[in-house]
Amino acid sequence: MQHVAVKRGAGHPPAPRPSLLGRIGRALVPLLWLGPSIVLIAVVVLWPVIEMVRTSLLKFTSSGTSLGFHGTGDFTDLFAESDLVPVLLRTLVWVVGIVIVTMVLSLALGQLLNARFPGRRAVRWAIIVPWAASVLMTALIWRWMLDNYSGLINRVLLDLHVIDKPVNWLAHPHQAMVWMMAVAVFVSLPFTSFVILAGLQTIPADVYEAARVDGAGPLRTYFGITLPLLRPAVLIASIINVINVFNSFPIIWAMTGGGPAHATDTTTTYMYKLAFNDQHIGESGAMAVVNFLLVLVMVLVYLRAARWREEVR
Amino acid sequence: MKRRPLRVVLLTAVGWLVALVFLAPYLQMFLTSLKPERELNKSPGAYLPDHWQWNNYVDVWKHAPIWTNMRVSLVVAGVATVVTLVCAMPAAYYSARNRFRGRGAFLLLILVTQMFAPTSLVVGIFREMVALNLTDTLLALILVNAAFNLPFCVWILHGYFSSIPKELEEAAFLDGAGRVGALFRVTLPISVPGVVTAVVYTFISAWNEFIVALTVTSSPNRQPLTVAIPSFITQYQEHWQYLFATSLIAIVPVVILFVFIERYLIGGLTAGSVK
Repeated sequence: MQHVAVKRGAGHPPAPRPSLLGRIGRALVPLLWLGPSIVLIAVVVLWPVIEMVRTSLLKFTSSGTSLGFHGTGDFTDLFAESDLVPVLLRTLVWVVGIVIVTMVLSLALGQLLNARFPGRRAVRWAIIVPWAASVLMTALIWRWMLDNYSGLINRVLLDLHVIDKPVNWLAHPHQAMVWMMAVAVFVSLPFTSFVILAGLQTIPADVYEAARVDGAGPLRTYFGITLPLLRPAVLIASIINVINVFNSFPIIWAMTGGGPAHATDTTTTYMYKLAFNDQHIGESGAMAVVNFLLVLVMVLVYLRAARWREEVR
Repeated sequence: MKRRPLRVVLLTAVGWLVALVFLAPYLQMFLTSLKPERELNKSPGAYLPDHWQWNNYVDVWKHAPIWTNMRVSLVVAGVATVVTLVCAMPAAYYSARNRFRGRGAFLLLILVTQMFAPTSLVVGIFREMVALNLTDTLLALILVNAAFNLPFCVWILHGYFSSIPKELEEAAFLDGAGRVGALFRVTLPISVPGVVTAVVYTFISAWNEFIVALTVTSSPNRQPLTVAIPSFITQYQEHWQYLFATSLIAIVPVVILFVFIERYLIGGLTAGSVK
């Protein structure tokens, strides 16, 4: 301690120019700290990316043995699948529909969670449940509630005289899609609402005070002040939601399995079924590459929106 | 401002209604888990069990090897959490405290990894595990869960470490605690909420992970709960009561854990872009 104090008092002597070895050593110090993370990401994230691209360029037997380079053959096969275009369109409807409904409802829910009323904490806890619970298990209870014979939803609708005989909701592709999208909204809402809530909490109270003094009504205040100030939160929540929903697998897997045939598949379940049900491994690799590129575009949009450079300073 | 009681009453009513909507499926899970098997086939279904079969929660353990699957889930989630933390802590600490070449690139790598869910890479992950001869092993699941939760942990810890003034640490350093001593005696205790959030969040995500486990594991005794429970429903028998009893056993503890970290989560999940 004393030693350090004396040294400080004397001021720094000019530092000697570090040797080449010393400079290399200094450059390697960060690797010591960041190394484990980099290795983990390299092995579990980057390697699969390479493996995936390689798979899309190889020819396979149905048992998964590689028959060597196939060029763009897997992609040609994939694009020749008659199911592909419907699956792509369905994925578009799936993502856009879920995200729009989720965001509109989250704006309302965020507002509710930000308001003061007795029991607000408990309501926040209730909304967290679908976020913490396994999405697969949540999807399974919805499948059971939509059951043709014993499901609660048919029972309630029968009692309310909305329907006059039980409906086999998940057997018809269109109805099944609507219900699965509803479940996807249900499991998306906690996260997006809490992001909106976090955004609302950053709006200073005096902004509202000023609006009140100016005589702005509640609607004008909301659309003139709250919504513009929420823009960053809405943007971030929707992009993350887009990526999550695009990647969503357990809901469709548990409720219809993407069936009948491919009638309720999105690109994610389609990719999975190509590899593990139909044994078209190369084609599945091609689908995976297409999916990966789509997610990459969304990630780039996110990076722009998050302005991550300012964030890490 | 004048208090408007009508407004509060309305808000409360709406609030509690929303809570009910969010809890309803889990309430239905609970009620189904208490029905005797013969009541499950009633058409239309009944709202409440006629006979409250609390025994389902005892019988399920005998009916299926769920203890084995639960142990797999625990081991995978537990070890993955430790691996994540061991990798994330030094990285978050160093990148929060120092400016160095490649820092931006490293943080970008972390952010991009966070955006890529295992789902979009599952074909590649499967092929890699085949190449490494790691299919049907817990190690494969541990590695995947550790890597994909690493970004969240780095972000949340990075945030905490950055917020602690360097001077505080230097004071301890000068008092002779050493770099590592200063880290353990000053920085870490202040960062406890961040560390707890990282641990709980990683554990829960690994606990709930489905698609990689479904793809990589094949032996029943190496499958986590998420992969095992759908097998209560087969072509020949449907034990919805056991399926939902097991689900609730898996869900209730993680919901309780989640409640504790709720207020710290958003910062880590949005990489701090919404404060």
